[in-house]
Amino acid sequence: MDIWNILEYAAWALSALFGVLMLIDLVRIDSTYDNELLISSREGEIEATAERHEI
Amino acid sequence: MANVTSTAAEPERLQLLRVLGPAHIWALGVGIVLVGEYMGWNFSVGKGGMIAGLIACWVAGLLYTCVAMIDSEVTSTVAAAGGQYAQAKHIVGPLMAFNVGLFLVMAYTMLEAANAITVGFLLDTVAGMQGHSGLNQQPFIILAIMFLAWLNYRGVLATLTFNLIITAIAFLAIITLFISVQFGASSVPLDFSAVTSDPLPYGWVGIVASLHFGLWYYLGIEGTCQAAEEVRSPARSLPYGTMAGIMTLLIAATMTWYVCSGLIPWEYLGQAGTPLFDAARVTGSTTLMILLFVGTTFATLASANGCINDASRAWFSMGRDRYLPSWFGAVHPVYRTPYRSIVFLVPIALIFALGAPLDQVVTFSILSGLLGYTFMTFNMVMFRNKWPLDTIKRGYVHPFHPLPTIVLLILCSTAYFAVFLGYGTQLSAMMCFYIVASLWFHFRRYQFVRRGDQFTMPWPKPQGY
Repeated sequence: MDIWNILEYAAWALSALFGVLMLIDLVRIDSTYDNELLISSREGEIEATAERHEI
Repeated sequence: MANVTSTAAEPERLQLLRVLGPAHIWALGVGIVLVGEYMGWNFSVGKGGMIAGLIACWVAGLLYTCVAMIDSEVTSTVAAAGGQYAQAKHIVGPLMAFNVGLFLVMAYTMLEAANAITVGFLLDTVAGMQGHSGLNQQPFIILAIMFLAWLNYRGVLATLTFNLIITAIAFLAIITLFISVQFGASSVPLDFSAVTSDPLPYGWVGIVASLHFGLWYYLGIEGTCQAAEEVRSPARSLPYGTMAGIMTLLIAATMTWYVCSGLIPWEYLGQAGTPLFDAARVTGSTTLMILLFVGTTFATLASANGCINDASRAWFSMGRDRYLPSWFGAVHPVYRTPYRSIVFLVPIALIFALGAPLDQVVTFSILSGLLGYTFMTFNMVMFRNKWPLDTIKRGYVHPFHPLPTIVLLILCSTAYFAVFLGYGTQLSAMMCFYIVASLWFHFRRYQFVRRGDQFTMPWPKPQGY
């Protein structure tokens, strides 16, 4: 087994790690917070508060 | 929970985090695109020879300069995540917006898959040079996508700061190669004799055919506007970042053509997998070879990283407006990223990266991008007609309107013809896909859209309404 074989196994392991980290966090957030809050973002917020389209 | 907006009258809302500056916008745009200098563009030389490759470089550069100017004006005014999707929604209408959103997601997800495939190919090449044949590329392809998706999941500032660093290194690698070759660091002299001895091996049609791959030099610069809701000052940062980005790419593209065409015979250059890396190998300098390998890897990762960022913002925006299930319109309460969209697009990118050939993936990406550029032409005309210059404030006003629009439309038509010459079946199949998707949206999905909520800009009524 040379360095490339070891790197292959390391890549599999890290891929699984990053995938699991994201999924665990997604489940944790979805079960902790109310969905209405999570999807409460609105497009016009920035325009309304910061930059107005006036000449 | 930081930075949650709320007033006495309205419930608290989660928003994307506004932390980016012009440098991040530059990194997003150039980061997505610079990989095109490291690979892909050289097939234009194979299609039409050295001169055709240079003409494709500059004609595509003109096309994308028009794209950058038009995009800067509209995006600095419609500063919303989703970029061209949000523009289409406000200026043209819902069906156009749905299609533009799909163009964006497809173009960026396919490009992300192509980049991941390239990472695997690069590592296989290096393993082969070290005597290890038959490297299993799959774990490296998956790791590239997983790591970058995780980075995007964790926050936009870290993601685009990472992109800024690796994109700057990749750009400096091209400049270093150019300067080194100019000052005699190469053991092989620059040779442009084919410009006179074999100028157009396939005639004028070769120039048209080469335009398809000339787009690679700049494909994706329009992605800067996806960060519109995350920059501190959209009206300033987006035009600065985008215009600086296209200037960077024009310089990098011309240097790339010059060095590669001078060092590698066009017959070989037209088929090379990694032309800049191959040019560095031809110089005989180990330092340049290592630098360009690092540049190639960084450019590939930066592109995939930017693509995940942009595809997820477009998907998120469509979910937020209920053009897709509203579940996708969620913002992470801590990291303030569109986390569900990021996770959802990971398996789609993996399917294409592991199951589809590179040229098909790339062609699907280019075609989706081209459809987006075509949309920009009539979008720009409608924008100026509905809201003339004296009615709303713009962060940037592009000059010579409607000349850039006309030039862009002509070049897009030429590019369609060029793509049709090589990939007519894919072009037809893709058009069928978008027609079926449009029918689904019109007859099935649009009933769920909250029509009054989707038009958010505090603009006056358009002229004629």
